[in-house]
Amino acid sequence: MSAIQVVRSEWTKIRSVSSTVWTLGLAAVVTIALGTLISILSKREFDSLGAREQVSFDPTFISFAGMSLGQLAMIVFGVLVVSNEYSTGMIRTSLAAVPQRGTFLFGKVAVATLLAFVVGLATSFVAFFLGQAMLGEHAASLSDRGVLRAVIGGGLYMMLIAMFSMGVAAMLRGPMLSLGILMPFFFLISNILGNVSATEKIGRYLPDQAGSKIMQVVTPFGDDTPYGPWGGLGIMVLWVMAALVGGYAVIKKRDA
Amino acid sequence: MIEAVGLTKRYGDKTAVYNLSFQVRPGAVTGFLGPNGSGKSTTMRMILGLDQPTSGQVTIGGYPYRRLPNAPRQVGALLDAKAVHGGRSARSHLLCLAQLSGIPARRVDEVLGVVGLQDVAKKRSKGFSLGMGQRLGIAAALLGDPQVLLFDEPVNGLDPEGILWVRNLMKSLAAEGRTVFVSSHLMSEMALTADHLIVIGRGQLLADMSVKDFISHNSADFARVRTPDTEPQQREKLTAALTEAGGQVLPEQDGALRVTGLPLPRISDLAHEADVRLWELSPHQASLEEAYMRMTQGAVDYRSTIDQRAGLQQPLPPGVTPPQPMPVPGQGQSGWYAPPPPQQGGQPFAMPQAPAGAPYAGGQAAGPYAAGPAAAPNPYAQPPAAPAPATPDTTQRTSEDPR
Repeated sequence: MSAIQVVRSEWTKIRSVSSTVWTLGLAAVVTIALGTLISILSKREFDSLGAREQVSFDPTFISFAGMSLGQLAMIVFGVLVVSNEYSTGMIRTSLAAVPQRGTFLFGKVAVATLLAFVVGLATSFVAFFLGQAMLGEHAASLSDRGVLRAVIGGGLYMMLIAMFSMGVAAMLRGPMLSLGILMPFFFLISNILGNVSATEKIGRYLPDQAGSKIMQVVTPFGDDTPYGPWGGLGIMVLWVMAALVGGYAVIKKRDA
Repeated sequence: MIEAVGLTKRYGDKTAVYNLSFQVRPGAVTGFLGPNGSGKSTTMRMILGLDQPTSGQVTIGGYPYRRLPNAPRQVGALLDAKAVHGGRSARSHLLCLAQLSGIPARRVDEVLGVVGLQDVAKKRSKGFSLGMGQRLGIAAALLGDPQVLLFDEPVNGLDPEGILWVRNLMKSLAAEGRTVFVSSHLMSEMALTADHLIVIGRGQLLADMSVKDFISHNSADFARVRTPDTEPQQREKLTAALTEAGGQVLPEQDGALRVTGLPLPRISDLAHEADVRLWELSPHQASLEEAYMRMTQGAVDYRSTIDQRAGLQQPLPPGVTPPQPMPVPGQGQSGWYAPPPPQQGGQPFAMPQAPAGAPYAGGQAAGPYAAGPAAAPNPYAQPPAAPAPATPDTTQRTSEDPR
């Protein structure tokens, strides 16, 4: 009974603040716009690419290029959903109404996750179709092998990013601290680790790098990643679960 | 009913609440008093299961809050008026709380009407004043029509109309048989609202008694006596006679005398015998605020001091003497409110069970004096020029101060 109540209440909460529209809207717009832009550029560049690059040209993945930036807005969305409770002090009122803290946290995460998935999936499809339209003769089709998986995977990826942020925010509570850790992590550290050859092998087990594998249709030339698209998504799911379990442990144990 | 047994909360090595045991009964407003940082809010949070006690326990109707069946319909609480997402409208805020507790949405509009916020229900709470925030918080507490209500400082920031409203609301809730637990640091407010008092200081129980008992045990009654201003020797004469008869006499700033330990007719008789005319002979009761100050003065964590303004003052031109500031009573003097320790027993205040002397007797009488003009609740007997505590008063104070 209380799980349904929490979900209804959380839906009201998420609907009634403007940050939801802003963050999710920004995530969609940035992902789509940047993906489209890079698709245009890629089409122009295609002829100047080497033979190897032309073989491993992945039109689907290129149309998702905006996700590296759009995911940051998704992170903000996830962080705010959870840490707003703490920064406003609302958490006390909420937990006084729902003393079952696990029900409260997971009800909240469930509502935000569903919303993130719907927005992420729509974003993913729009980014794909717009990107392919820009790519012209190099475009992939949704019926091509692995493409539908990649497009739905794009939605799942955005959802998992939001979930991971919610877990981290539940552990750290404050919005500033959570964003201060998550933003550099996804924007810098993950990229640096993934692009320096010495740390590359570690970098690809980070949530975003492993998870983004789901959006690849063509494996890049010389790629020796030991897991496939679903394996990568699985690694990301493990990260998300770890963050949420950590968040649950904190909310369960610590004083509100 | 709320029942705390040996409730203790430590944060690291700081003890916020120590061994607190009390009961809050239904059908009465129970005031929860204590200075800032004395552990009131921590106790409230523990009652609501938000903070886990280090030891001891607190139950509502026999259950710890987290195991209380249907908790939000049984207990309503206002903890912090600002604990609202500023971007959310008042109505949405209440609606999400109602849904969380399985309360129908129509109840939201009902409580908005009760607290008088229906006109701003759709506005973002960011723009709310503190008083409006308090009303919103009270609305949230009333949502579930609960039998147990907790309010943490509900009158903060309210206008007089709002204060009166809250006072009557608490009383009517209690009259309906509900348990009402209200924290405050204002004794005067609690004296008007509460039926029962629980006073804590530094996290420990200082008093647990009815307001009536608190008043009769802690406020020393006194008589105000005024002799003709034109004949100071009459005053001396009367002082001597009263002291001889066993009364305590303290001069007041306006020349009147504060007499304790003697009933009014006896004072009149003594004056008559001494052939002293009286301009005034009136019964008074020292304020509760002062009794409360006396009780908690040892347990105040945050004490104000004089502002030195080091480095902020303009260098004076040569030859100019700095202006001597007029001393303001209560500023920078530790124990301004504190009277000399009462009696030899060292009992700082009287609990009902403690065999401390009668409220009339002994050094407690010095107390009312210390609070100056604030301690005269009877406006009838108040001379118009009373509240002018100027320099002579302060010097008297300091010389009288035991330290």
